[in-house]
Amino acid sequence: MEIDPFIFRLSIFILSIFVGYYVVWSVTPSLHTPLMSVTNAISSVIIVGAIIAALSGNEGVIFSSSSIYGFLAIILAAINIFGGFLVTQRMLAMYKKKKKDK
Amino acid sequence: MSANLSATLYLISGVLFILALRGLSSPETSRQGNLFGIIGMIIAISVTFLSLGNFTSGFIYVLIFLAIGGSIGAFIAYKIPMTAMPELVAGFHSLVGLAAVFVAISAFINPEAFDLGAPGSIKLASLIEMAIGAAVGAITFSGSVIAFLKLQGIMSGAPITFKGQHALNALLLILIVILTFYLCSTQSSNLFWILIAVSFLIGFLIIIPIGGADMPVVISMLNSYSGWAAAGIGFTLENTALIITGALVGSSGAILSYIMCKGMNRSFFNVILGGFGATAETKGDKSKEQRPVKSGNADDAAFLMKNASSVIIVPGYGMAVAQAQHALREMVDTLKKNDIKVSYAIHPVAGRMPGHMNVLLAEANVPYDEVFELEEINSDFANADVAFVIGANDVTNPVAKTDPQSPIYGMPVLDVEKCKSVLFVKRSLSPGYAGIDNDLFYKENTLMLFADAKKMTEDITKNL
Repeated sequence: MEIDPFIFRLSIFILSIFVGYYVVWSVTPSLHTPLMSVTNAISSVIIVGAIIAALSGNEGVIFSSSSIYGFLAIILAAINIFGGFLVTQRMLAMYKKKKKDK
Repeated sequence: MSANLSATLYLISGVLFILALRGLSSPETSRQGNLFGIIGMIIAISVTFLSLGNFTSGFIYVLIFLAIGGSIGAFIAYKIPMTAMPELVAGFHSLVGLAAVFVAISAFINPEAFDLGAPGSIKLASLIEMAIGAAVGAITFSGSVIAFLKLQGIMSGAPITFKGQHALNALLLILIVILTFYLCSTQSSNLFWILIAVSFLIGFLIIIPIGGADMPVVISMLNSYSGWAAAGIGFTLENTALIITGALVGSSGAILSYIMCKGMNRSFFNVILGGFGATAETKGDKSKEQRPVKSGNADDAAFLMKNASSVIIVPGYGMAVAQAQHALREMVDTLKKNDIKVSYAIHPVAGRMPGHMNVLLAEANVPYDEVFELEEINSDFANADVAFVIGANDVTNPVAKTDPQSPIYGMPVLDVEKCKSVLFVKRSLSPGYAGIDNDLFYKENTLMLFADAKKMTEDITKNL
């Protein structure tokens, strides 16, 4: 019998939870704030769905009832992507080691 | 672009996201990690465009909306002060949640675009995934908005509780399950809208009873929710990048909540059920008696520190409120010039979000190898001459180790009282959020410095 593709996706999902578990435990506590902002940024990969939704209208109607939600979601996700990665970068640039000279 | 190729590329972007988190294991590799994350995102977005192959006028609009959102995001990222990071993160969580809701709505209205069947006869599995994604997204959205308002001070940080609160929440959760069930059998759009509305309500109700100092748990929890919402949508869209990312973010937020709860020695449910501050306050009132306190001025503090050979600094939320991190670093610079060894001790729940203090100290150019976590530094207090507590309170309270009656008993605390002398910068003797008196105030070797944290540190620096 053929395996439902859903099971494959479920496997990816479950394994990713474990990967996430081990990777996040190895994050140093001093970087927990950047961790939150970067997870914020990457979870906005939901923009993929937003783009599909936005382009779901046909040639004549760009803004149909369903694509409007897509466009709105694009704005929200884009704020998060740019804001999240840039603020993470800004934070990480501040973490400096002690200078050797006294 | 063929479906197999795009699926492979989505997988690659998922792996890049894993590497982005992996990079955060040390500050040196973290910047590279962030770059991996950005590349992963660029791949995911490009693949989506290419696989849709729809470069008509709609595509132009997508780019325009992308640019609008992008510039808003970039503007916020550059403008936001580091002290406002908890608010920013809460705000961003709400956007992820709302975006998930919007995508789910769009997929419900027009399932053909997502290959999920026709309106009114959406595939059962897709419908369930959609409902989960929308519900979790809506909870994330309204919960994060409340968290944002509380952190921003627009809404009072005090827990809001009322009778039957938990029963109502439980009832609404059951209602969601029932709604999902009927949604699957009837495919009615009305039920879908009601489901989303009820979810918004739950998010709101879950966060209002939680007090300000429990915010680290709340933010981490909402972080986790935003991940699960993304994963739910990922299943609907059959998109690997989204599923992997959702799982990563979901477990990341869950681990952070766990760490924060452990830092307060409270169970997750205890925090979520809320009302902590309210019950503890009544207990604190009983033991209100006048006890002698030694208070001093900047001159005394400077004298003590000048004659010390090692100083440990304990920052807390008060430092963030007073924006005292730069003044603090200047004081430490002066101390170091006098050959005094200085290190920083950070309690896991200091501040309003995980790692809050570390970011503020990094902003003030404090090298990260002078900053230590509780377990790393706790044994050093006994050998240190001066502990300088600035804006922290409950995390230094020895009662947590000695009094089993105390609401914070068992919470890991910094052993500040073991220092030869303790300098406590605080505006008044008022108890912390837990509503309990800090025994440290009345110790023989404690000198209270009643002043604004920033002003006091500046004055000490002048006197050094």
